[in-house]
Amino acid sequence: MATITVFLSVDEPHAASALQQATGRIEGESGELVVDFSTVRRIDASGLRALEQFANAADAKAVKVVLRGVNVNLYKTLKLVKLAHRFSFAKHSEGS
Amino acid sequence: MITSEATKERIQIPLAEKTLSAERIAYLEGLVSQARIAAAVFTQFTQEDVDRIVKPMVLAGLEQAQYLARLAVEETRLGVMEDKVIKNMVASEFVYNYIKDRRTVGVIREIPERNLIEMAEPIGVLFSLTPVTNPTSTVLFKCIVAIKTRNAVIFSPHPKAWKCCSEAVRIMYETALRHGAPEGVFACLDTPTLQDNAYLMHHKDIGLIDATGGPGVVKAAYSSGKPALGVGAGNTPVYLEKSADLNTAVVDIIVSKTFDNGTICASEQTVAIDDEIYDAALQKFSDLGAHICSQKETKLLECTVIDPQTGFMQPMAVGQKAIDIARFVGLQVKPGTKLLIAPIQGVGRDHPLSVEKLFPVLAVYRAKSTSEALQVCMDVNHAGGLGHTGVIFSRNDEIIRKFGEVINAGRIIVNSPGAIGALGAVYNDLVPTFSFGCGTGGGNSTTDNVNIYHYLNIKRLARRTQNHMWFRVPNQIYFNMNAVENLGQFPSRTTVIVTNPVLEQIGHVDLVRRHICPKTHVHVTVIPDAEPEVKVINDAVETLKFYKADQIIALGGGAVIDAAKIMKLKYESPEADLEYLAAPFLDLRKRVVEYPKDKVNLARLIAIPTTSGTGSEVTPFAVLTDKQRGRKVTLADYSLTPDVAIVDPQFVMSMPKGLTADTGIDCLTHALEAGVSNYASPYTDSNAMQAIRLAFKYLPIAFEHPQDEEARCMMHNAACIAAMAFSNASVGVNHALAHSLGARFGIAHGRANALLLPHVIAYNAAVPAKFMPSPFSQGYIAHKKYAMVADLLNLGGRTVEEKVAKLIEAIEQLLDHLAFPRSIAELGISKEEFEKAMPELVKNAFDDPSWRSNPRMPLMTEMVELFWKGYQGRGAAKPAEKPELQTV
Repeated sequence: MATITVFLSVDEPHAASALQQATGRIEGESGELVVDFSTVRRIDASGLRALEQFANAADAKAVKVVLRGVNVNLYKTLKLVKLAHRFSFAKHSEGS
Repeated sequence: MITSEATKERIQIPLAEKTLSAERIAYLEGLVSQARIAAAVFTQFTQEDVDRIVKPMVLAGLEQAQYLARLAVEETRLGVMEDKVIKNMVASEFVYNYIKDRRTVGVIREIPERNLIEMAEPIGVLFSLTPVTNPTSTVLFKCIVAIKTRNAVIFSPHPKAWKCCSEAVRIMYETALRHGAPEGVFACLDTPTLQDNAYLMHHKDIGLIDATGGPGVVKAAYSSGKPALGVGAGNTPVYLEKSADLNTAVVDIIVSKTFDNGTICASEQTVAIDDEIYDAALQKFSDLGAHICSQKETKLLECTVIDPQTGFMQPMAVGQKAIDIARFVGLQVKPGTKLLIAPIQGVGRDHPLSVEKLFPVLAVYRAKSTSEALQVCMDVNHAGGLGHTGVIFSRNDEIIRKFGEVINAGRIIVNSPGAIGALGAVYNDLVPTFSFGCGTGGGNSTTDNVNIYHYLNIKRLARRTQNHMWFRVPNQIYFNMNAVENLGQFPSRTTVIVTNPVLEQIGHVDLVRRHICPKTHVHVTVIPDAEPEVKVINDAVETLKFYKADQIIALGGGAVIDAAKIMKLKYESPEADLEYLAAPFLDLRKRVVEYPKDKVNLARLIAIPTTSGTGSEVTPFAVLTDKQRGRKVTLADYSLTPDVAIVDPQFVMSMPKGLTADTGIDCLTHALEAGVSNYASPYTDSNAMQAIRLAFKYLPIAFEHPQDEEARCMMHNAACIAAMAFSNASVGVNHALAHSLGARFGIAHGRANALLLPHVIAYNAAVPAKFMPSPFSQGYIAHKKYAMVADLLNLGGRTVEEKVAKLIEAIEQLLDHLAFPRSIAELGISKEEFEKAMPELVKNAFDDPSWRSNPRMPLMTEMVELFWKGYQGRGAAKPAEKPELQTV
């Protein structure tokens, strides 16, 4: 099973664009995609929208998405917008 | 847009969905989705983030106050522009002054003395309806409060105030966004309709409806089934009492009733004026620009400004100037007239002007007395004003408090203008608001001035509280042979010795007499019964009174000492009701019944035990037999503890073998139960363990060799030491069962304990079917405590289970050695009789407070099992399955 890892090493101002890029990479992939959120302290509305589109694209391609290093505040936000159940979550040291 | 789940999970929308187009639903869903995302993003913000946004919003509100006021007046044609500017500024500046230093994120309050921390959780998305009367000020207020609390808001302004409100929302939103607020945090319906409102009120993603408006809006909000803050109509009664400062009162009423042309729902509606000042008050109103209507003019007003069909005010009059209303009605008034005052003779449908009037028309009533004035105010209060606001002008504090008592209003404004007073922070220290909670009287969920705390879910982080414990014993205990000689150090004028006939016969009373201070008048009260009843105690109390005793010496076993404790109680507090004081309780410190606290210490109580078991000489307990009910009544309070204990073994040297065994096992049971009690502490453990060690070593010797002084002395000490343990750690289920069994079948207390003891140890050492809630204990440790006892006694065993088994075995051997019956059946009680008595046995055992500190919560079915095990006899007690518990 091919596994690629996309690192998001920026804070919320660039999270949305990074996610859009990651969405592009889903094309042609299969298996598991690990997205590193360990440097993302906070996400804004555009980031959340990008994340939903990312989840939609992954679903369409049957790619499993693992979010790594998601902090608890961000996890709470994902729960509130009902996005959390669409991803798997891994601790920072796992999943790569 | 993240809408898929929202759409899928949306609950059934009644009515609205049927009348809304698909496009409209998509529009509303978009607003909710956007607000939901904003609210979710907002949860990541810190207090500092939030405060950085709030301040510029407040400044924007102040800067735009005049612009928004002008817009509001132009659009609504209600109120006074200048006053609306003030309202906008109050909604910004005064509200900010209240909220600026308050925490609304994370920990908002710490209460260390209660081990509590309060934490804020935003609500999420609010749906907010705003009124036509106070449009922009309400929007400014709600926006500022919402951002401070990290909530998103969808506004639905009154359609007649949509333009000004949507502009206020825009100003607030853009300012907030510029300073970092989440995108979509505020939205305003483009063309709000009742259908839109109904749809959003029922939407599952709306966390709270905040409805400020008329009764219809508020009712709709509360009917939606959503959490709601519904703040609606009022009808403010005012009492202008004769002691009031009339100049201040009249000006305040005019200020308030004319402010924004009376559009604030807290403004004065009907003033009950004391007869003595009525004419003067009206003259002052007139002097300051009010027009006092004649009877005919009042009738004209009634027909014009009040809808005769509904009895409510006519909308066309709302927020209009007095002079315009007068002109419309056809009244001749002076130029510049500020207020129309209409005298009325009553309240209700026959007196139309007694209802809410959001315009400068004020009803007045001449009250012949304070009672009449209060009644009129109550009538007004109940005519549409319940829960809202009441106003009183008076210097008489008693009448002010009476007014507060009889008027049902969230705000009782004293000697200040109702409308502005109710807004808070201007004339008083009420919380500033533009939403008045009207309590249940107004169909609301709160009587508060709505502010930040109503926009938050406040979570309480409650840490485990380690209640303080205690170790209380008499401050003087004299022990060992000839300790009775210490009696000589207690001066007394009149001493009453309470004892029983046998002790008098065998010379113990004389022994005591010899050591009492010389010149003391000594009287002896002999209690005929081993376990005296209330009547016996009452007779003895009469003796104490007759001799004016200043010292009581209780010489005897537990029954005598217990009787003396109750005698002292009744002697010092004749009103003490023993039945009442014996009421059940769960926690000594929280029990309902209080023992007399202010009693005078008339007599010193010196306890000299003549058995080595109950330890009553140091305990705060007293047990009486209630023969009528066939049960024992336990009194418990530290005020019952004797002042002095003299533990002198010479009084037990002649104890018969049976009594030695019975009382010795009672002592051992006390120590074992105190040792595993939920109230056990290192202080009580040290006593319990020592008492167990002494009892195991010396009880068999005292039993076999009654004249062995060392054994008698050590058992006497053991009983006292065990009692010090259970006085502070209490006993357990063994005692509860034994009290019930003993009272029902006339079995001596120690013997009843012995019949149950091995079974109770096995029971407590097993994994409980039900744990006893106890803040004192850390994990379940009863089995380990028993194992500790086994180690103390060098009984052997490698595991905890083996040690418990060894302990049970050792206790059974001890009981056999002491010639105790092996079962209840051996006492000659038939199985049928026992079975028949079982419901009563269990009921009384469960009512007994002794088990409350037992480590394992005894279920009634378990009590039945324990009684039957006792009935079947020793050998039935085996430690149950291994407790697989996390223990300390």
